[in-house]
Amino acid sequence: MPDSVPRSARRRGPAFAVWVIAGVALALLVLPLLAVLLSAPWPRIPALLIAPETLQALGLSVLTAVISTALCLVLGIPLAVVLARSVAWPVVPRRLLRAAVTIPLVLPPVVGGLALLLLLGRNGILGRVLAAAGITIPFTTGAVVIAQTFVAMPFLVFAVEGALRGADRRVELAAASLGASPSRVFSTVTIPLIAPGVAAGAVLCFARALGEFGATITFAGSYPGVTRTLPIASYLASQTDLDQSIALALVLLVVSVGVLLGLRDRWLPGVHG
Amino acid sequence: MKVRPSRLAAAALMTAAGVSLAACSGPSHAPAPSTSADPLAGTVTVLAAASLTEVYGDLAARFEKLHPKVTITENFGGSSALAAQIVQGAPADLFATANEATMETVTDAGLADGTPVVSATNILTLVVPPSNPAGVKTVADLAKPGVKVALCDKSVPCGSAAISLLAAEKLSVTPVTLETDVKAVLTKVELDEVDAGLVYVTDARTAGAKVTQIPIPDAANVINRYPIVVLAGSTHKAAARAFEQFILSATGKAALKNAGFGAP
Repeated sequence: MPDSVPRSARRRGPAFAVWVIAGVALALLVLPLLAVLLSAPWPRIPALLIAPETLQALGLSVLTAVISTALCLVLGIPLAVVLARSVAWPVVPRRLLRAAVTIPLVLPPVVGGLALLLLLGRNGILGRVLAAAGITIPFTTGAVVIAQTFVAMPFLVFAVEGALRGADRRVELAAASLGASPSRVFSTVTIPLIAPGVAAGAVLCFARALGEFGATITFAGSYPGVTRTLPIASYLASQTDLDQSIALALVLLVVSVGVLLGLRDRWLPGVHG
Repeated sequence: MKVRPSRLAAAALMTAAGVSLAACSGPSHAPAPSTSADPLAGTVTVLAAASLTEVYGDLAARFEKLHPKVTITENFGGSSALAAQIVQGAPADLFATANEATMETVTDAGLADGTPVVSATNILTLVVPPSNPAGVKTVADLAKPGVKVALCDKSVPCGSAAISLLAAEKLSVTPVTLETDVKAVLTKVELDEVDAGLVYVTDARTAGAKVTQIPIPDAANVINRYPIVVLAGSTHKAAARAFEQFILSATGKAALKNAGFGAP
């Protein structure tokens, strides 16, 4: 910053208010989590963590969130490419597409779960056809994965779309001019260009899938080992044994924060070491 | 159930907040001695078991007509979730559960004002979608492989009642889902996503033609008793007590009986 700007203008005035408000915002985000840590029944925690129900719910949550993230990557990257290219479209389809991708972010997850049930339930519009073929989705681990993919997809799509828009298209054009086919350009130039965005999106997607509750309990139900994920187990425990509930919440917290912190340094843009 | 000091502090804070809110609510709730002799006023917050949704909604509307200055706000849910909310300091005036065990978590924490009174009883029944896709005829059919059954989770009263009932029938049932309250079980049956569910007779009656009820001959062996109590943290005890008495009165009993509940 140039030295001609007075010190006071840089250090005081609006900047101070911004700091204070940012502090309030951060407190709102962090203090509830701190409250969980402070009210945790630490002496009981080790026993609660290795309880079979905890491990079962954790295993199911990690498994389904990993599969959901993989599905989001496979389905979401092409969708992000289309979304990034849609800037050249007429206004109506462009906005409709963007709205469709945004819906899971703003829809109450329980409503999303009900919508999935009305589509894929055995009496649902598509589900009826599947049921006739002997396939029923609700109350299966597959239903958990579908619910998680539904709510987590936008996180991946928007992250990848942002990376695509920020990517230097001249590199792709150069590759194309040297004779690379469009699919070759995509896999050998575009994907490496947007890798940090894909990684960031995948991390957010995984964290969102791991924390999914409303759509899962509505669409997939709640049965130990099959559909009772960690958030559902934590909610059920909160009704009878708060200590158990806090223990389960801690596991969720540690896994989510661990994933966010662990991958951030290596992959996220702006923190290249 | 033990209560840690931090929870008590939270409860005290919430109560204080409730008091100050009530104090701020101003002239609308202030007594108007010249126009009416009715001393009852204020907002009564009722936390009640999901199975009481319809009958309490109806009774609240009637009570508000009798006492125009009283507003009844009702929150229905799984009894254990509501009990946990009260123990965590949720501000409420009146509490009604679907069994005595969940009520005990609140009385044991010293949060009830007086002793709970049983206002009604309820028993379970079997409900199936009108099309009865699995051809369920008796409760024994729930144990058949391939029959998709929804039950309440054991942490809520309808779940513990279902476990007792199935044990009494010597049936081993593997449900596809264990829901968080009885209305969620009913919804899964109404949507035809499960073949059968165990709900209270009162819920089956409310659902009407959306489900088919199959009575269980020995259902009366597992009876859920519904206690009600005014909470110690209530900020409108007079109005709360009056509504409690209204529920326990002949009018209330008739409404509960009409909804399918049994006499206490």
